[in-house]
Amino acid sequence: MMRAVVVALASGTIFGAGLALGGMTDPARVRGFLDLFGAWDPTLAFVMGGAVMVMALAWIVQRSMQRPLFAEAFALPNRSDLTPRLIGGSALFGIGWGIAGLCPGPGFAALAIDAPAAAIFLAAMLAGMMLVRLVDRPA
Amino acid sequence: MSILATSLPGFPDAAPVAGLAGGVLIGLAAALMLLGAGRIAGVSGIAARAFAIGEGAMQRSAAFAFLIGLPLGALIVTLLTGAPAPQFASPLLLAVAGVIVGIGTRLGSGCTSGHGVCGMSRLSQRSLVATASFMVTGFATVAVMNALGIVVLP
Repeated sequence: MMRAVVVALASGTIFGAGLALGGMTDPARVRGFLDLFGAWDPTLAFVMGGAVMVMALAWIVQRSMQRPLFAEAFALPNRSDLTPRLIGGSALFGIGWGIAGLCPGPGFAALAIDAPAAAIFLAAMLAGMMLVRLVDRPA
Repeated sequence: MSILATSLPGFPDAAPVAGLAGGVLIGLAAALMLLGAGRIAGVSGIAARAFAIGEGAMQRSAAFAFLIGLPLGALIVTLLTGAPAPQFASPLLLAVAGVIVGIGTRLGSGCTSGHGVCGMSRLSQRSLVATASFMVTGFATVAVMNALGIVVLP
């Protein structure tokens, strides 16, 4: 449906603008934040704080809604189990995030800043994702 | 744009106002996805969906539209602020980091956006634990690389 595409494009564009404005597309900024025991740069705490505040309000609004504005129904995660896979996978993600100072969102946003660098990161990321799928469900 | 350059006492390199403004935009984008489309704006999950690696109810066309928006928004901000282009890691480190991020986000069911922004703001137990996990290893990775004298960015 066209509406879903328009909402997603608008959301992605605002998201990408926020990533660039907040410094998430600058690996030096990100690694400066992760350098807690060195020359720590707290900027990303403000990015995370601003995003979480707005989203906390959005969740309050969401609870009073029967259905989303432009879709038939909410499709939200509802798991609450803490598994080794969740914790280990997230730990692994943090290592990759620390090495290059890029996570998935800024990886895509960086296509507008340094396309070759972003493309290498994204191709490798998608390959990693594919690997998990192959191990989970051998072809 | 001078207000965006406001600094924080004791942290000469920090940009708290730009950070907060960027964060609010990210929150608004995630709120639009939640209240408009009824979904979580988790970039790793959306990327997996767009490239048919992960299942999900989200249409692939919508997933691609979201991903196309990310560099579009970054381009607009770069043009408006005229910020100097940042440095990126070497191709080898980008590739190694990318593979690890890809594996980790699939196993961990999310990344900074899905767990960090959307999940934490909902006080999801899984997201709080996942975020703590990737923050700890993120801090540790940079600390270890610095201790070993590995220079990532020129």
